[in-house]
Amino acid sequence: MSELDSLYREVILDHYKNPRGHGVIAEPDAEAEGQNPLCGDEVSIAVEFEGDTIADVKFQGRGCAISQAATSMLMDMVKGRTAGEVASMSRDELLEEVGIPLTPVRLKCALLGLGVLKVALHKGKGTPLPEEWAGLDELELK
Amino acid sequence: MERVAVTAQPGLDARRLRADFPIFEQSIHGQPLAYLDSANSSQKPRQVLETMLRFYETSYANVHRAVYELGVRSDAAYDGAREKVRRFVNADPGEIVFTRNATEGLNLVAYAWGLDNLGPGDLVLVTELEHHSNFVPWQYIAGRTGAEFAAIPIDEHGELRLDALDELESRGQVKLVACGLVSNSLGTVNPVEHLAAWAHERGAVMVVDAAQAAPHRPLDVQALGCDFLAFTGHKMCGPSGIGVLWGRRELLERMSPFELGGEMIRKVTVERTTWNDVPHKFEAGTPPIAQAVGLGAAIDYLTEVGLEAVERHEAELTAYAWGRLSEVPGLTLYGPPPERRAGIVSFNLDGVHPHDVAQVVDAGGVAVRAGHHCNQPLMTSLGVDATTRASFYLYTLPEEIDRLIEGLQRARKLFS
Repeated sequence: MSELDSLYREVILDHYKNPRGHGVIAEPDAEAEGQNPLCGDEVSIAVEFEGDTIADVKFQGRGCAISQAATSMLMDMVKGRTAGEVASMSRDELLEEVGIPLTPVRLKCALLGLGVLKVALHKGKGTPLPEEWAGLDELELK
Repeated sequence: MERVAVTAQPGLDARRLRADFPIFEQSIHGQPLAYLDSANSSQKPRQVLETMLRFYETSYANVHRAVYELGVRSDAAYDGAREKVRRFVNADPGEIVFTRNATEGLNLVAYAWGLDNLGPGDLVLVTELEHHSNFVPWQYIAGRTGAEFAAIPIDEHGELRLDALDELESRGQVKLVACGLVSNSLGTVNPVEHLAAWAHERGAVMVVDAAQAAPHRPLDVQALGCDFLAFTGHKMCGPSGIGVLWGRRELLERMSPFELGGEMIRKVTVERTTWNDVPHKFEAGTPPIAQAVGLGAAIDYLTEVGLEAVERHEAELTAYAWGRLSEVPGLTLYGPPPERRAGIVSFNLDGVHPHDVAQVVDAGGVAVRAGHHCNQPLMTSLGVDATTRASFYLYTLPEEIDRLIEGLQRARKLFS
């Protein structure tokens, strides 16, 4: 398999073209949005809770295949889990699911959605923003 | 594509010039490097690299303070580079300030001229085409001083709408106009002479960002009629860390200093400090010495190749690229037609984000830029988040454009 085929493997292109959990929640309990200032990727995420559980989660965004596909995969991964669990979810858990070799620049694309979701959980449930996401101040915690 | 020479003007042999650039001796992803990102930063010829190495090995010392032999050599090399820059842009002596890059030169004018000369009721005009380096400093200093800030809009060809000047002028007393000579995203060549005359009729000062012009076409500050002009070394075969600000001497002399410290002073006492003569007043601290020497070598290199020949070579490549890109289904090209632009093309491929385009073509050894190119107001005006940009230089070959097209076809197929 060529480098390119492994980067744009079928599942990435599928999530990019048919994103899961894409859309809006009419009355969300928490929302956040963020950009990747280097390339202009944009992701906004809305969450609906039942107690501490993420009952529904939806995203909207514009950007490269990696950022949008990774966020789509993330939606599948977090629905039904608690805010606390997801707030402490490691980036490696998402990157394992994404499953492609990423350069440092593209890593930022892949992790944008997870960062935005953690901001939304922080706003909705007061879960901590882990240290590795300290840069999210740049997202202005919208 | 077959080409027949129809002019007697001296040409440029890009294939021969490539041999001067060691970077092309390697392969990238198993392919020869097709470097189509020179608007971002250019590659460096051996002549520049060797000059810098030789300077470090034989002549290096700090400048303007050492009395020993090496100091004399270092001064001669550093001031010699300044003289090369002066001739390169047809400036008067004492008007060439070495900076870190074009951004620092533009900030120098914004702070040192802007803070003292702008206030409420004044208008600072930039354009929608500006790189952030000639946009954000003016927006910021206008905000600090209470001056109005506005941007000249562009038309559907990505060219400045000069008919908007009348309306813009009603917003305040025009004090400063800042405009790039060549747009870094669209390659638009702006009517700087016209804007300079317009600005001067209103008593305003004209600042030109020549970062995308100096490497690619002959530059004459007298003919442009502007008051300040900034460019950078790393886009013109020179090293990074060295830039140039040219300013009219009477303006430079009247201006407050920008950075303060060593070298820029005449006399320091506890009571007061007086400033050195221009340009030294604006060069606080130890400057980028070897980088200035490298820029001088880059100017020698470009002068030998001939800027007219570089400009013509890039015009041919741009026309060729425009034709080939127009054949790609689903591809949108931005900006003016090839005959009214420099060697930069920006485009988007339907359904494929520029980042993905750049990644796919990189797999074929083709380097292009993807993103907003420090041009967010322009991207907004174009109604896009980002574009893919290919830019050409004296070492660019037509077959590299063919390889870009192959990469684009591959991206289309992958994302179809």
